[in-house]
Amino acid sequence: MTDKAPLHELPLFEVFIRSKNGLHHRHVGSLHAADAEMALTAARDVYTRRSEGVSIWVVRTKDITASSPEDRGPFFDPNEDKMYRHPTFYDLPDEVGHM
Amino acid sequence: MAEETATAAVLVRKEPDREVLEEAFQVKVDAETRIEPKDWMPDAYRKNLIRQMSQHAHSEVVGMLPEGNWLTRAPSLKRKAILMAKIQDEGGHGLYLYSAAETLGITRDQMYDQLLDGSAKYSSIFNYPTLNWADIGAIGWLVDGAAITNQIALCRCSYGPYARAMVKICKEESFHQRQGYDIMMVMAEGTAEQRRMAQDALNRWWWPALMMFGPHDAESAHTSQSMKWKIKRSSNDELRQKFIDATVPQAEYLGLTIPDDQLAWNAAEGKYDWGEIDWDEFRNVVNGNGLCNRERLETRRKAHEGGQWVREAALAYAEKRQQRAASAPEKKEI
Ligand SMILES: [Fe+2]
Ligand SMILES: [Fe+2]
Repeated sequence: MTDKAPLHELPLFEVFIRSKNGLHHRHVGSLHAADAEMALTAARDVYTRRSEGVSIWVVRTKDITASSPEDRGPFFDPNEDKMYRHPTFYDLPDEVGHM
Repeated sequence: MAEETATAAVLVRKEPDREVLEEAFQVKVDAETRIEPKDWMPDAYRKNLIRQMSQHAHSEVVGMLPEGNWLTRAPSLKRKAILMAKIQDEGGHGLYLYSAAETLGITRDQMYDQLLDGSAKYSSIFNYPTLNWADIGAIGWLVDGAAITNQIALCRCSYGPYARAMVKICKEESFHQRQGYDIMMVMAEGTAEQRRMAQDALNRWWWPALMMFGPHDAESAHTSQSMKWKIKRSSNDELRQKFIDATVPQAEYLGLTIPDDQLAWNAAEGKYDWGEIDWDEFRNVVNGNGLCNRERLETRRKAHEGGQWVREAALAYAEKRQQRAASAPEKKEI
């Protein structure tokens, strides 16, 4: 979390794994490595010891831009009052069947 | 006009007061909403978690050492490969937990420093020596067994990253306990000498395994607040009893005797009654006077310092490669 990691600490990477074709990559954890390539090898060693994945992404943690929880309300607010985006907003007669 | 009001609102927006925040936090915890890294949390919650999670991570890492003692002397190639895989898992567990703890704002280096200078603890079970091969069986069966009992409860911990790490760890742990019990079965069915070794291992590991659950609830400094915050989901005594009830029949199956002459089935309560832990021994080991405390920390220190040049070399290499890539003629994107 802190940006002021001491110099000798290796950079932090977030690890994402696709468990099988057809599924999204999913965040599984993080690790320290000198660069992305070494992070990839280390991720394979720690996060896929039991064939948990067919593809790995590693991303420098500091390169991730995240929304902040304090703005959770205002940031996501615009969606709250658009109930017409949901199918249940529309009352259709039973006669039309499943739609 | 609307814009002006918005600006004004930002200007007068005050930091919500701590009591309100704490109350909202507790409501979230009570509703089983997981707390995530950037969410507001009381300082004491953060501190408590950092202490518990780093201690847990250190235990995984130091826990590799007693078993490492038998890697070169495992009785067969099969056992050696299994033990190697098990120890590698424990290293991975350490990593998952360190990473989860880092989301709370402590750095990996700070945690290593706390372990090496003795200010952070690790499970005192790992300060006992592994004297014969059956100890490797007893560790998998009892020590990993006790750890699993603890960790299953932690899968529902209120802090998201900790709970997720626990789920992943629990998936890997069951192999650890089973390979340990498998070793015990072979020894218990073996020669008289092998049976004697198995019994000896059980005699030495039983009580320290029970100590892994920590002090009795009445004496546990952190329990009640941790339960309220749902960092802990079951108390030390509850988990210990659960472990005993599950393990006694397993010892009976092996034909081995649990070293507790007060152990007896209590039909009325549907659980085992058992003797008392030697709390003097517990405190002694926690305070650094166990058989292997110094050796374990010394080994960790050497490993950490010995790896320093590797980390530096890896960084230097990464930097060199980056510079080379920067000065190389531009490649076409494909
Ligand atoms: Fe573990
Ligand atoms: Fe384990």
